[in-house]
Amino acid sequence: MTDVSPPALAVTGLSHSFGRTQVLDRVGFALAPGDFTVLLGLNGAGKTTLFALVTRLYHSGTGSIAVFGNDIQRRSAAALASMGVVFQQPTLDLDLTVEQNLSYHASLHGMSRVAARPHIEAELDRVGLLERRHDRVRQLSGGQRRRIELARALVHEPSLLLLDEPTVGLDIESRHFLIEHVRKLCAEQRLAVLWATHLIDEANQDSRVIVLHRGRVLADGKVPEVVARTEAPDLKAAFDRLVRAA
Amino acid sequence: MTPVQYLRCLGGIVRREALRWLHQRSRFISALVRPMVWLAIFGAGFRFVLGVSIIPPYETYIPYEVYIAPGLIAMIQLFNGMQSSLSMVYDREMGSMKTLLISPFPRWFLLTAKLLAGVAVSVVQAYMFLAIAWFWEIEPPLWGYLFVLPAMILSGLMLGALGLVLSSFVRQMENFAGVMNFVIFPMFFASSALYPLWRVKESSLTLYWICQANPFSHATELIRFALYGQFNAISAVIVTAFLLLLMALAVYGYDPGRGLMARRTGGE
Repeated sequence: MTDVSPPALAVTGLSHSFGRTQVLDRVGFALAPGDFTVLLGLNGAGKTTLFALVTRLYHSGTGSIAVFGNDIQRRSAAALASMGVVFQQPTLDLDLTVEQNLSYHASLHGMSRVAARPHIEAELDRVGLLERRHDRVRQLSGGQRRRIELARALVHEPSLLLLDEPTVGLDIESRHFLIEHVRKLCAEQRLAVLWATHLIDEANQDSRVIVLHRGRVLADGKVPEVVARTEAPDLKAAFDRLVRAA
Repeated sequence: MTPVQYLRCLGGIVRREALRWLHQRSRFISALVRPMVWLAIFGAGFRFVLGVSIIPPYETYIPYEVYIAPGLIAMIQLFNGMQSSLSMVYDREMGSMKTLLISPFPRWFLLTAKLLAGVAVSVVQAYMFLAIAWFWEIEPPLWGYLFVLPAMILSGLMLGALGLVLSSFVRQMENFAGVMNFVIFPMFFASSALYPLWRVKESSLTLYWICQANPFSHATELIRFALYGQFNAISAVIVTAFLLLLMALAVYGYDPGRGLMARRTGGE
């Protein structure tokens, strides 16, 4: 039987420019529920712009973005409600406690404080920081703050999770925890994940990888496929070849 | 989204603003100290320099401190509006503005909620100021404390909307310091907050008309009249008109389709 449900995220012919600088050029891809997809690109490849367009921080006149079939412009409420986001920049309120930060996020999704509490506790427990919920965010380490941001992105139970360079500045242990945690969520809850990074080792053999360079998609497929297509020994070499040839 | 969910969202935004205000001690204290400095020092100093004749809504000769009190309430709201937008510029730099803007609620609603949250804080500050000012013999009639509430909400919304507009066009905190100098001080001094406009008219007709066109003058007069149980219809209309105009500009400034966000946020 064919699966006719719409993709978790469908980006079609998306272009964007800042003044005369073209940042994205006819970008297109689709994510299915349960997909863990690594968006791989150097700094300046257009990853953050792509995230800003997908999250409707601003929009482009060219191309379309749909989240579970909901166009980000025409049905933005439904699209944004099913999306959880971890931005590249820290976005927690340092003066508020962990719980206050998550409770604020829940209210931004129309959740009552009573309804949000079990979700907040469950997500904090999952990232191992439940006992720190009454601490101010300022008192936490960089790795802990990142975990809190991940927990926050999941409080409203999204079906699509977007993470923009989530491991930047983290130590090896925190990086490992974050990647494994998200992979687990992906497998257990059929969460569709778009993980933007410039770190090649964050894509393992099972991952699907989209290589973005200077606003264009150079490759899209499972890691072994991309490696085989470029006739390279590994993903790093494949990435170098793709970027050099572009 | 249901109306209840809209209310929850508004409640969350107001709660966050209140918590931030309470946690940021320096902001909390300076919000109280600033108008008191004006009242206690500037007011006392100018008491015998500036004579204030009987002008509505006052029915008798009044001390200078009594005259400037409504202007100081408007000043609290002006500072609060600017500080709230300063926090938005800061938020945007820190990224937490994104948290607000990716909420599934319409952007106009999120900006209005943010504005209302700022107004709620400024109204509490204004009442705290009025409570302390009572010891300086600023004793409006009891019902004046009630009448002034809608006036403060309206003027707070207008001044907060001005802050929103500025935050939508200002790119960095450094630029914002300039805006503070070019917006707050001219607005405050070219208004009826510190001196009645008939006195300004005597010295400069041009300045008089500038003061008349300044929405801050009308915010001050709206508060002044309300504090004495009277309604200044002209000021109410002008403040409302400015509120609508500024809010429309703010929604325009934060509209993802207009490109202002895109231009400000830039690439990677």
